[in-house]
Amino acid sequence: MIPSETLLDRAAVELQPDTELRPPSMASRLMRDRKVVCAGGFILLLIVLALGAPWIAPKDPLAQNLLLATVPPAGLPGSEPGYLLGTDGLGRDVLSRVIYGTRVSLTVAFVAAGLACLIGSLLGLAAGFLGSAIDALISRLVDVWMAFPPVLLSILLVAILGTGLHSVITAIVVIDWTRFCRVVRTETMGQAQMDYVVAARAMGFSRSAILFREIFPNVVPVLIALLTLEMGIAVVVEAILSFVGLSVSSDTPTWGGMIAEGRQIVHEAWWVLAAPLAALFATVVAFNQVGDGLARSLDPVLRR
Amino acid sequence: MLLAVVVKRAAMALLTLAGVAVVVFVLLRVVPGDPVAMMISPGASAADIAALKAHYGLDEPLLIQFWIWIKGVVSGDFGVSITLHRNVAAVLADRLPATLELAAAALVVAVALGGSIAIAGTLMRRTAGEAVIDGLNSIMLAVPDFIWALALVLLFVIAIPILPLTGRIDPVLAEGFHTKFYLAESIVTGRFAVAGNILSHMAMPTLALALPLAAVIVRLLKQSLKEAMVQDYVLLARIKGFRELRLVLQEALRNAVGPTLALTGVQFTFLIGGTVIVERIFAYPGIGNLAIDAVINRDFPLIQGLVLLFGLIFILVNIGVDLTVAALNPRLRHA
Repeated sequence: MIPSETLLDRAAVELQPDTELRPPSMASRLMRDRKVVCAGGFILLLIVLALGAPWIAPKDPLAQNLLLATVPPAGLPGSEPGYLLGTDGLGRDVLSRVIYGTRVSLTVAFVAAGLACLIGSLLGLAAGFLGSAIDALISRLVDVWMAFPPVLLSILLVAILGTGLHSVITAIVVIDWTRFCRVVRTETMGQAQMDYVVAARAMGFSRSAILFREIFPNVVPVLIALLTLEMGIAVVVEAILSFVGLSVSSDTPTWGGMIAEGRQIVHEAWWVLAAPLAALFATVVAFNQVGDGLARSLDPVLRR
Repeated sequence: MLLAVVVKRAAMALLTLAGVAVVVFVLLRVVPGDPVAMMISPGASAADIAALKAHYGLDEPLLIQFWIWIKGVVSGDFGVSITLHRNVAAVLADRLPATLELAAAALVVAVALGGSIAIAGTLMRRTAGEAVIDGLNSIMLAVPDFIWALALVLLFVIAIPILPLTGRIDPVLAEGFHTKFYLAESIVTGRFAVAGNILSHMAMPTLALALPLAAVIVRLLKQSLKEAMVQDYVLLARIKGFRELRLVLQEALRNAVGPTLALTGVQFTFLIGGTVIVERIFAYPGIGNLAIDAVINRDFPLIQGLVLLFGLIFILVNIGVDLTVAALNPRLRHA
């Protein structure tokens, strides 16, 4: 390529309006972040595992075989061919159960975090844009909400709502909408001071047009970073509730449920605890790395 | 001025607490799920059930139940636990010291660990050592107490079996205590073998609770220290010929510690919330473990008592943090 051409290309790109420039440059910045690429790849792998579990899992995750109970993982003395990560106390294949467990974890991650994000950011936009009376009301509500310990609140909520996936998701949404509300409120207030909003006002845009067409698109990047972090939190909350026995029924494989079982028989079969714990750890770290990477690439101070 | 702010915040918090108590009280009774159904034997007659309900006041209208409960709370009587058949206040008094000792130990470990890693990172700034600390810390920031607790089980119970998995103390040693503050009492009375046994039981839950907080401390304190290290007063001290360690400890730390302290206070309330699940994992006999049992068994009086107790602890921690931050910051003290 001729150097002058590249210079021209760059000049052309730089002359384009800001809105068109930003998305590709952010994506390319992210792609250069090796941690983000690895973590994002891992999350993609989890999605593939969750969707393709029936075809990918080597065994039926519910099939019991008491003759093959607590078989150790491959490579350890006493292991059985075909059971790569060994079996649990009822002779069920640990690897298949971990693979099927991604389904509940990812469902909760996407649905619960998504709903919390939706509710929290709507209230945050309202608080940040609709004036001091509504702001005072919503902010007070957030303060009261956050005064309560999340773990206790989630257990209490699930006990009230009854066990099951719906309750777990409801509990996470009810508890964590405040995170989004706070951040979106602050961002909205900051954006509302910007010149482009003043210009939009001067041009006679309606309030809802200013809020959703002008301000909201500029809040979205922060929201996406926060949403990714929230997904990691949701996965842990679901695991904790499964561990305590308050999540989905025990015939659905979940990482938390496996961890609870593994904790009981840790002296006889440590792998029943170790395998789902490793999966949970990697998932939480992956969501966090992607979220941090997004936040880094958005924050001009941190970007340096 | 400062006192007025603290009083105002405490009043606000108490109001919140009262609101939470009302909501929990109503929610618990409106939703399906009968606590009596969990206590009766399968062969109980309808009359038996009615008698049992009457015994615990569960047959009264909601408002009357609430009035009875509130009257009791004001006079220090939280009712009788349905599953434990004991006075709720007595149960909580029995269990609270274990949780307080655990939370305090975790706070000390978190501050010591986080503080020293942050200082080490500051001393090693712009070296490979700092990169290693930053990299590890970014992972540590993501890992919650629940995962730490179970990872520690795998490490110290299975891989290197040196720590006991459950409980607070070996049952044979649990005799002869005058208070429920086993650790504090055994240290004060010089029974160091007993204290050692208690510490070995507390090691894993303490570490699981401390590590996430330590990670937060490392990130913020290291950032503040780095900013402080390029200030003029540090430069002046450097010109005077002070060694690097002294620059960090005596000059930078004093000015950098404020924000970390405030955040540590906020995070300490999360740590206390974390005792719920961590105590569960290690079968540690504190109020957190109790809370899960109470919720699973729908033990209304006990749940209500626990909610109020947790709320009160959070209020006290927040006031303590406000006062500490103010005491260390002269600008706020005279504000």
